[in-house]
Amino acid sequence: MKNTEGFNFTFYLLIVPVLLWLILLIVLPHIDLFISSFQVDSDTGGKIFTFEHYATFFKNKIYWLTFVNTAAYAIGITVLSFIVTFPVAFYLTKVISKKYSGFLTLLLLIPIWVGELVTVYGWMIILGDHGIINEFLMYTGLIDKPIKMLYSNFSMVVGLLYFSMLFMIVPVMSTLESLDDSLIEAASDLGASKWTIFTKIIIPYSMPGITSGGIIVFMLVIGDFVVPDILGGKSSLWFTEQIYNEFLSTFNWGEGAAFGFLLLVISSFIIWIALKLTGQKLERVGS
Amino acid sequence: MIRSLPNSPLYKYTYRFYIVCFFIFLIIPLVTISVLAFNNSDFIALPWKGFTLDWFFANTDQRTGLFADEDLIQSIVTSIKTAFYVATISTIVGTAAALLFEEEQFRFKSLLYFLALSPLVIPGVILGISILISSTLLGSYLEEKFGWSVEFLSPSFWLVVLGQFSFCATYVMLLVGARLKKFDRSLEEAALSLKATRLESIWYITIPFLRPAIIGAFVVAFLISFSNFNTTIFLIGSDPTLPVDLFSRIKYSSTPVLNAVSFLIVVVITVVALINLFISRKN
Repeated sequence: MKNTEGFNFTFYLLIVPVLLWLILLIVLPHIDLFISSFQVDSDTGGKIFTFEHYATFFKNKIYWLTFVNTAAYAIGITVLSFIVTFPVAFYLTKVISKKYSGFLTLLLLIPIWVGELVTVYGWMIILGDHGIINEFLMYTGLIDKPIKMLYSNFSMVVGLLYFSMLFMIVPVMSTLESLDDSLIEAASDLGASKWTIFTKIIIPYSMPGITSGGIIVFMLVIGDFVVPDILGGKSSLWFTEQIYNEFLSTFNWGEGAAFGFLLLVISSFIIWIALKLTGQKLERVGS
Repeated sequence: MIRSLPNSPLYKYTYRFYIVCFFIFLIIPLVTISVLAFNNSDFIALPWKGFTLDWFFANTDQRTGLFADEDLIQSIVTSIKTAFYVATISTIVGTAAALLFEEEQFRFKSLLYFLALSPLVIPGVILGISILISSTLLGSYLEEKFGWSVEFLSPSFWLVVLGQFSFCATYVMLLVGARLKKFDRSLEEAALSLKATRLESIWYITIPFLRPAIIGAFVVAFLISFSNFNTTIFLIGSDPTLPVDLFSRIKYSSTPVLNAVSFLIVVVITVVALINLFISRKN
């Protein structure tokens, strides 16, 4: 009997902190976000129900255009990060000897842990008018005056790709590691071309890793604020910047809440579609 | 294509060239920052004007080095304190969550598990603003109804800790959960059949087995917290954390002292990573 009572006590000991975490910090805040996106302060100090915040979003071209622009960039960067990192993930897991791959994999993790702000600052120095690239090109005499690279869509893409691509490579590498080399060897012995092996064996096998990586990259990019704000310059249309402004500059929290809620809904929707298209499940993405 | 298959030299060298380019792309921002931290110039850009340690130690009217810059030191201290509390709370709750979802059966388990994973797919900005909204609502409610003014419900140190904890716990849960999947349940059953309580079996059998993962998860939570910006910016009170301080300096007043801080971070992270590699080689 002692055991069964102890079992219950332990169960409550485990579930209470988890429930407090999930209810107080995840569920309730998002309900409050949802409610405040439909509220506006009345003259008497109370709150009134309104669709005004959502109407503002759909009526002003600049808002939804920014939104579409952000989503398009997020999708584009996700695809780009796959293209850029997949050969590297394959090289580190299947081509190079194990002796070096440990060290190189470690090198991949360092920019992640150093943090976004530091690396963004690094790119700011590299791409600036007196940055490494411009100074080098001018030194060699290829150009007379600096090429404008910083504060443009180009520098924004470089920054977004740089900090997000490593979140693609890590899950892809962990699925590729479990791919048995003999599958590839067998296919090659049977006369399959590299392209066939790539599209029929390697890609299907690494799909779970690609999906997890893709989701993480997409969420990081669509929710990012630092890169568009620092590297993107004044004309960059980025949705989180609008949310930031509503909360910290104009203090229009209702409008900001509506923007936030829209971002949450649409990004979840895009991820849901991606999961459906690739036949993956969110539970697997975590692992 | 792979180690065991022959390749044409062209394929091999093109591939290798690409990998080299990739790693140059990867480390060039870190190298640039680090080198320019020692540049004897008042601007963050080139040209190179000679070696100096001014950006670490100087304390003159023209130049304030990292160790003389009280605001910067203060924000580093705030970040370390924040990260310590976040990592501690996240490790405790995240480990509880891992044990709960791996070992217990109860109603609404899959719903709760879904909620526990949701911070992975909620942008940090959204977590920041929703926690800001609900803590402000709760704060003003308590103020009006009972006349209590609860300090940590307005943007402050503890609200930042809560906000960062809300998603760090998920990472801890996943890291500890991954190790728990490899745990041999018959060990717990043996302990239970020898009249240990459930709690005793967790404490003396399961937790020691999980220790490496728990320590790893603590470090990960610490580092995530230390570099977080997106959630923190909405919850911050009067003391900025290092990323928030860096952000405003990068935007409005960048001097090579930023390189000095960044260099320090790069060095610390590299050392931690090398220690980690060394330990995992040994095991």
